[in-house]
Amino acid sequence: MKRINISQFYKGFNLTAFSLVMVFLYIPILILIIFSFNDAKIITGWRGFTTKYYLQLVENDAIKEAFRNTMLIAGLSTLISTIFGILTALGMENKRFSGRRIVSALIYIPLVIPDILMGVSLALLFNFTRVNTGMLTVLIAHITFCISYTVIVIQSRLEGFDYSLVEAAMDLGAKPATIFWKIKFPLMLPGIIAAALLAFTLSIDDFIITFFTSGRGFDTLPIYVEGTIRRGTITTINSLSTLMIGFTLFLVVITKRVRKVLISSL
Amino acid sequence: MEEIKLQNLSKQFDGFTAVDDVSLNIKSGELFSFLGPSGCGKTTLLRMIAGFEIPNNGRILIGNTDITDIPPYKRQVNTIFQNYSLFPHMTLFENVAFGLKIRKTPKPEMNDRVKDMLKLVKMDDQANKYPDQISGGQKQRIAIARALINNPKVLLLDEPLAALDLKLRQHMLIELMNIHDAVGITFIYVTHDQSEAMSISDRVAVMNHGRIIQAGPPDDIYERPNSIFSAYFIGETNLITGEVCDIESEYVQLRCPDGQGSSFEIDSTFHFNPTLGKEITVSLRPEKIAISRSKPRYQDDINMLRGVIEDILYLGSHTQYIVRVGALKFRVFSQHKRVYFDDKALDWEEPVWLFWHDTDTWLIDQIPEEVLSAKEISEGGVNHLSRSAKRQSIT
Repeated sequence: MKRINISQFYKGFNLTAFSLVMVFLYIPILILIIFSFNDAKIITGWRGFTTKYYLQLVENDAIKEAFRNTMLIAGLSTLISTIFGILTALGMENKRFSGRRIVSALIYIPLVIPDILMGVSLALLFNFTRVNTGMLTVLIAHITFCISYTVIVIQSRLEGFDYSLVEAAMDLGAKPATIFWKIKFPLMLPGIIAAALLAFTLSIDDFIITFFTSGRGFDTLPIYVEGTIRRGTITTINSLSTLMIGFTLFLVVITKRVRKVLISSL
Repeated sequence: MEEIKLQNLSKQFDGFTAVDDVSLNIKSGELFSFLGPSGCGKTTLLRMIAGFEIPNNGRILIGNTDITDIPPYKRQVNTIFQNYSLFPHMTLFENVAFGLKIRKTPKPEMNDRVKDMLKLVKMDDQANKYPDQISGGQKQRIAIARALINNPKVLLLDEPLAALDLKLRQHMLIELMNIHDAVGITFIYVTHDQSEAMSISDRVAVMNHGRIIQAGPPDDIYERPNSIFSAYFIGETNLITGEVCDIESEYVQLRCPDGQGSSFEIDSTFHFNPTLGKEITVSLRPEKIAISRSKPRYQDDINMLRGVIEDILYLGSHTQYIVRVGALKFRVFSQHKRVYFDDKALDWEEPVWLFWHDTDTWLIDQIPEEVLSAKEISEGGVNHLSRSAKRQSIT
């Protein structure tokens, strides 16, 4: 009788599971990238290499505008929600603040509320208050859902903060403001950067909430992509998506560098 | 140079009194220790001197300057924290330079002073490392350098060696003493480890329940404890209770019940005036008692007791005997010096003689009740109150 080696069995299982996850995650992305260079109007098979769809992207004004809108919304909502996140997390640190639990619950709830519900409710609110939908409403909506994430990420960073470092700095002659900028802020910084990165990516690819709050005439990239696919031309979408993947990877790489530079400059 | 004066310091936390009316003068340049069990208020006292806690009552003075209301960042006092509290995002150099940078010291001067300081603590070759790249002992050195570079008048050390292993602790202790000699400022040291406090300090204050029980040079506290707490907390001791039955100009005699209906007498040299007939406790250090199979030659100033060996614990440098006298148990330390005794080794249940000099029977004056609670006495194994507890703690 052959005995099964348990640890080898797990090893094999782990490897299979890992490979499957990687396949389902990255094969579609790989296909997308490959087909963005395919010289065909529809996905029917390889028809030869071309970069013409990338050139079409640059010439397409609607895409350029959608891109500008997306970046503007993502940039502004990241900035504002990160600042809110820092302030809220610092405020929640004060154990004497009696409303801590309520505020913390209120911050967590948007994480579990379905996007569609949030989108609809925001749309209703804007409709009810007769605010014209457009850039401003999208921005407000994005800030709203990003804040929950930024607060939680920054707060978790602060949770393990060793208060004796503050005392040590005070002991060495640093006043409260100096302590914040020299000790507390640099140690919070990795959390702040992670929070900002998360907010930025959430904002860039949000479709549902943007869909309900943008109204006509203000397209972000996801809205534009959805509209184009609906009309059936997906060729430029492949190249657009490939560029977005590249951009995201670029962001991840530079944030690591930026963090180091920021910390050493403080 | 300036003295540190603590005047009637008290601190309460939510109704709990951490420090209770402490008054003390610490001399300039002294290495002074606060020693006591956890929760005795020693750390709170230190934090008040550092400025992290504001006393509910009392004043703190350095020289003639009242620093009670001065915030920590303006005090000429620096602290070594228990977990070192090095800034993790700065190199060792930047950590040490922190205090100078805050005071906007010119860069060339700052660089020189940091380098000198790193040299003093023997860390000059690792200046560009980060705190998580060095060992506990090295972190300790950096913490010391970071504090001393500010030229404080007082250096506070909060259980600085607690996180280190035994060998390193002994090594750092000597190094701390060397650094103290080199810089010549006042060190205030907080610890619960009596051997640490004894070996390093010029003076020690023994604390319990927020109060100073006894303050003095280490040998003074060890040889002449003023209370049951001091006697029992510092080192090991036998505490025996008896009734004062004779007072002469030179000595005091106690009659001590042995717990089995009979009693024995012990003599002590006279060092305060007890009342005849009063119940009193004496402290008798285990190493002061000699143990022998044969009866010692009678001498006027020697106490002699007959007992039976109940337990023998071989401890390398010495052997600890537990000797039964009636229902009492005596702890006796005997070093292995064969020149004194050519007997064969003592055995379990063997009858022996215990003998010691009168001056080693140390009379303890009655102490206030709140200083040592009954629970602590029984946990500590004081002879007349809880023999079983003592036995458990030994075996």
